[in-house]
Amino acid sequence: MSEIILEARQINKYFHDPVTVKVLSDITFSVNKGEFVSVTGKSGCGKSTLLYILSTMDTDYEGELFIDKEIMTGKKEAQLARIRNEKIGFVFQFHYLLNEFTVLRNVMLPALNLNKFPLKEIEQKAMQRLKILGIEHLAEKNANRLSGGEKQRVAIARALINDPLIIMGDEPTGNLDKKNGQVVFNIFKQLAEEFNQTLLIVTHDQDFAAHTHRIIEMEDGKIISK
Amino acid sequence: MNYKLIISIAKSLLLARWKQTLVAAIGVTFSITMFVTLLGFMTGLNDLLDGLILNRTPHVRLYNEIKPNKNQPVNAAAEFKSSYNFIQSVKASSSRQEIYNSGAIMQALQKDKRVAGFAPKITAQVFFNEGSIDITGVVNGIDVQAESKLFSFNDYVIDGASIDLKNVSNSIILGKGLADKLLANIGDVIQVTTASSERFSLKVVGIYQSGIGDFDKVQSYASVSTAQKLLGKPSTYITDIQIKLKDITQAPPIAKEYAELFLSDAEDIQTANAQFETGSSVRTTISYAVGITLLIVAGFGIYNILNMMIYEKMDSIAILKATGFSGKSVNRIFIFIALSIGFFGGLAGLLFGFLLSSAIDRVPFNTAALPTITTYPVNYSPVYYFIATAFSLITTYFAGYFPARKASKVDPVIIIRGK
Repeated sequence: MSEIILEARQINKYFHDPVTVKVLSDITFSVNKGEFVSVTGKSGCGKSTLLYILSTMDTDYEGELFIDKEIMTGKKEAQLARIRNEKIGFVFQFHYLLNEFTVLRNVMLPALNLNKFPLKEIEQKAMQRLKILGIEHLAEKNANRLSGGEKQRVAIARALINDPLIIMGDEPTGNLDKKNGQVVFNIFKQLAEEFNQTLLIVTHDQDFAAHTHRIIEMEDGKIISK
Repeated sequence: MNYKLIISIAKSLLLARWKQTLVAAIGVTFSITMFVTLLGFMTGLNDLLDGLILNRTPHVRLYNEIKPNKNQPVNAAAEFKSSYNFIQSVKASSSRQEIYNSGAIMQALQKDKRVAGFAPKITAQVFFNEGSIDITGVVNGIDVQAESKLFSFNDYVIDGASIDLKNVSNSIILGKGLADKLLANIGDVIQVTTASSERFSLKVVGIYQSGIGDFDKVQSYASVSTAQKLLGKPSTYITDIQIKLKDITQAPPIAKEYAELFLSDAEDIQTANAQFETGSSVRTTISYAVGITLLIVAGFGIYNILNMMIYEKMDSIAILKATGFSGKSVNRIFIFIALSIGFFGGLAGLLFGFLLSSAIDRVPFNTAALPTITTYPVNYSPVYYFIATAFSLITTYFAGYFPARKASKVDPVIIIRGK
């Protein structure tokens, strides 16, 4: 039995506006180290809502959430920010790069915020991440000069910079064409298999999900298979 | 918290919108410029106007007031001791106007460490004779050197040399208005009749202009000994001793002390000229009000621009928060943006304020009433520059406070899911 990275215990979530609706009910599951997990389901089944709860950004839920065996539920905003910074890497559908910064600086941002290593070391690490993703030649370019596929790869490099315990993705290939989507998928796969990186990816792309190690399927706010 | 990172992010956000930033900074610059200039100019004028009166007014004046004797005989009589006596038609006692034992008083003042200097004075009522016309006037017997040193007498002598009062016997310096009436010029000899009907000839050695027209129409100056001669009094005769103190605020208690010590009347400057203090403080208050209003308007400009920036940079704020920047860090970024607009705008404002002040300082300002002034007066006190800096930082901080709080409360989930 390998180490548990993320654990959800009986998570319930309601939307209150305009009427109270239960969107997640009794979500209980865990993710082990090194797993490449995808969460699938139809639009509106609550998979993204679940991801944002698991990411600690959404704190309005019932139940308990553990990351790295530490309880997240009830922690303060600043503590959660620190945990996201240190332990979670994010890849969203949209890249969210800061246009004012170069690619290298964008990748370095979370590490600079963590402030654990000297600048030189962070720079080296960022370059190394860019190299793994095959985009080291773009390091000095401004973020708004890149193509969509390149931007998403920079976003992945940014997610990797602090050696996170887990990478969470919300439709990371949703905005990309088939070819670039394939490139991003291959990167995830490589990360999982070569670097033993834990990944939790929300997607409605069945093809994408089929190639991951484990599929969690959701319907109407419930997990129907894990 | 990594301040270096926060500053670098704030800097890049500022520069990304440098035109807006510039407009906001110019708003602060403009208001600080006006604030500094306005206050400098206003206090310069205040100082000038106050100086017009206060510089020439002794801080404490010793003299003998003509007034009824407080100790009326009936009060001293044993049989009326316990009753309340009403006395009507009391006349002023025929006490002398002279200060008793003036020599000893002056010696005592010389030793008093709180006293910066003193000047004796005699006031004599006279008639100036112009043909058959008599013009009433006052001859002030003064010690020219002491008077020049303490009350800038020299500055107001617009023609002739004040020291001639001492060097030329039987000489007089006439007020400008009085000289015009008498058609007297320097070197002329004028006729004076004293209250005791004695006639004297005095040589005009200078013309004096105080800036207060009515004053110049009746006043004239002679040396102490000339005035004593006019009045037929001995050389110990002094009617006033004008004292300048090292600390003007000490005037009221010292005046009280001297009144008891020297058995004379003593008047302090605060009592004599209370209205000038009021005028100055009202003018200063108005300047502050205008300056602060300008700053608040500039503050609203900064508020608007920051608000806009936050809406524009919602994505950036969301990703910063998602990747682990706390609300506090995001808050700091926007506070830092606001403060740097305030700081740099304010700094430029101080510089422009100084330049504008010195420009005003060079504008010619000639008025007959103020012979010593040739340009507009400006006060360059660093206090105003300091206050302006403090105000610019405080207003920009508050202008940034609400937008920054809004930015720190941005919920990344809503922004990211909304895409």
